[in-house]
Formats: sequence, C-alpha cells, structure tokens
Amino acid sequence: MYGANVGVLLQVLWAQLLLGWARASELTFELPDNAKQCFYEEITIGTKCTLEFQVVTGGHYDVDCRLEDPEGTVLYKEMKKQYDSFTFTAAKNGSYKFCFSNEFSTFTHKTVYFDFQVGEDPPLFPSENRVTALTQMESACVSIHEALKSVIDYQTHFRLREAQGRSRAEDLNTRVAFWSIGEAVILLIVSIGQVVLLRSFFSDRKTTTTRVGS
Amino acid sequence: MEAVRTMKLCGLSVLLLNVFFSLTSALYFHIGETEKKCFIEEIPDETMVIGNYRTQLYDKQREEYMPATPGLGMFVEVKDPDDKVIMSRQYGSEGRFTFTSHTPGEHQICLHSNSSKFALFAGGMLRVHLDIQVGEHATNYAEIAAKDKLTELQLRVRQLMEQVDQIQKEQDYQRYREERFRQTSESTNQRVLWWSIVQTLILVVIGFWQMKHLKSFFEAKKLV
Repeated sequence: MYGANVGVLLQVLWAQLLLGWARASELTFELPDNAKQCFYEEITIGTKCTLEFQVVTGGHYDVDCRLEDPEGTVLYKEMKKQYDSFTFTAAKNGSYKFCFSNEFSTFTHKTVYFDFQVGEDPPLFPSENRVTALTQMESACVSIHEALKSVIDYQTHFRLREAQGRSRAEDLNTRVAFWSIGEAVILLIVSIGQVVLLRSFFSDRKTTTTRVGS
Repeated sequence: MEAVRTMKLCGLSVLLLNVFFSLTSALYFHIGETEKKCFIEEIPDETMVIGNYRTQLYDKQREEYMPATPGLGMFVEVKDPDDKVIMSRQYGSEGRFTFTSHTPGEHQICLHSNSSKFALFAGGMLRVHLDIQVGEHATNYAEIAAKDKLTELQLRVRQLMEQVDQIQKEQDYQRYREERFRQTSESTNQRVLWWSIVQTLILVVIGFWQMKHLKSFFEAKKLV
C-alpha cells in the first residue's frame, strides 16, 4: 500500500519535471528608436521551439529579428519584417538568444509582440499509470483543447492587427485636426498679406511719379 | 484515508515543483542599473495576470551570474489603460506579483531595480528572468485538481471551460475596441467634412473682401 503511494508520488514528480521544460512566453514591449532588445532562453537539445513576432505600432510596422544558438550561429535573420513565425528544433544545449532591432529607424518607437514557445504543452495529468488508450470523451476533450488553443492564437493576432489599424486611424484623426486649423490660418495670413503687398506696390509708384513731376 | 493522503501529498509536491520550475526555466533579459523595462499587456476586464521574476547579479570575480543576491530588490509598477497606477510595490530579488484588471485595455507592467549603489552592479548588467501568465494560462490545474478532487475528465472539462471563458472575454473586448475604432473613424470623417466646408467659405469670403478692398483702393488712387 505504502509502496504504491510512493510510486504514484514519484510519477507525479517525474511528470512535473517534464512540465518544467515546456514553456510559452509571450510579451509585448516598446522598442525605442536606434535600440536593440535581446531575450535569452535556456533550451535542452531536441526541443521543438517556435518564435512568432508581430509589430503592433510604429512607423512602417517593421523590425529586424535575429535568432542565434548558444555558439553564435545565426539560425534566423530577417530585416524589416512585419510579422513572421519560425520553428526550429534545438540542436544544442544552452542559452539561445533572439534580438529585435530598431536601429534603422531614426525617430519612431515600435511596439513589438513576440511569442516564444518551447517544447510541447505538458499533459494535464500524468498519464504514466495509464494502461488503456484515451477514452472517446478524453480524446474529444484533447481535440477541443487544441482547437481552442488555435482560436486563442488567432484572436491574439487579430487583436494586434486591429490595434495597428486603430493606431493608424487615431494618427489620421489628429493629423486632420492639426492640418485643417493650420491651413485655415495660413490661408488668412496669405490672403491678407497679398492685399497689403499689392497696396505697397501702388503707394511707392505714386510717390516716385509725383517726385519726378515736380 | 490512504488515497486521500496520497492525493494531498501529490498536490503539495506538484505545487512546490510548479513554483520551483516557474522560477528557474523562464525567459531572461539584461537590464541596466537605472533602466526601466516596461511590458504591455492588452487584456479584457476581470482578467488575472500573474508575473514571476528572478534576478541574478553579475559577479565580476567569478565572471558569472550569481544565483541570488540579498538586498537587491525590484520595483514593480502596474498602470491601467487610463495611466493610473494600480500597483506599485517593491519585492526582493525574487518575486511574484498578481493583479486583476478592472478596465479593458493596455496595461503597462514596469520593472526597475531599487539599487542606488552603482558599485553593486560593477559595470555589469542585471539578469532578470521573467514569466507573465495571463488569464487561462494563470490557472494552476494541478492545484485545482487536488483541492476539488477532480477526476481527469472533470479536470479536462474545467480547462475547456476556462479557455472558452477567456475567448468570450476577448470577444467582448474586441467589440468594445471596434466601437472605439468606429468612433475615431466617424470623428475623422466629420472633421474632414467640416474643414472642407469651412475652407470653401473662407476662400469665397476672402475673395470677395480682396476684390472689394482693392477696388475701393484703386478708386481712391484715381487709377480706375
């Protein structure tokens, strides 16, 4: 009885050990102009990883991205990309580095979203003590879970694209407001200035003619 | 009795290991002494966000990052979409912060170290391991299973329910954002319309005024 409990406990601990190596990190951060931001992650050999990034706001909505393995070999390098997804299997143990660079931009800040998935998602419950295959209900649950995960993923990307569109619209709104006021002011100044200038032409000629006459 | 005790032991060990692993294998980045790093989380309302961080200071003598430094702390500041600070606390070199959003929108989570002694950093950088989990990812299923004593199928259904909940909240948030977008576009449309009418009026009035003024000017100068 006691031995069986310890056995179960050990299995749970082992499952948790595996769970520790499967992570998904998604972050949104602001990248100032002429700046580079690097992130690192410790990955074990043989793990399948996915890096996905999208530029949310700023300038032409593009950023440079670079992914290096522990020895410095460049696995992925793209310049001025708006959105991309890169999957790779870790060939070495160690600390992988990926960087986003906005060094080509002079004055636009960029907001970048990235999602770095390491390994597969851990199972909900340890299935080591399972002798039979999943029941129909359980396999249906698993497939629904996978479908919902992709729904959430699509929602995230849709939300980011909507944020992009909305920030462009808000920019346009403020620009139209400033431009219309500025243009009205310029118009008034220019038209009054024209009249004043024209008057000054005729006043000068009048004085010269009178002087010549006398 | 025996089964209950086993379950409790399992639950506790699972919880401990979860906490242990959430702090060791996370994404990390380097931060300068006075640098403030901010992350944006765009979330619907009533969503829980859990963040775990761990800091490591660079030891110049051993030329590696030390596991833990006592006395080194991090300020964590969370701002809501209206730029109001909803959380501003200082934690030690390792910390865990939680907050729940009450307004939908962009929340900003900012971290900076509380170190004022420049010598402590010794020209190096501070390594910060960070892990932020939002909404459904923040729930700890092992803990729920142990607490409510759920079978595997019940736990799976619970997970599906949480996921659908999150999807629904995100959809509501999307509707709210679309409304804001529509308002902005309609305001732009109105502004362009008004501006074109006003500009035409200004042009016409100015034209009339110019001609009238010049005519009276030339008549006074006896040129017309």
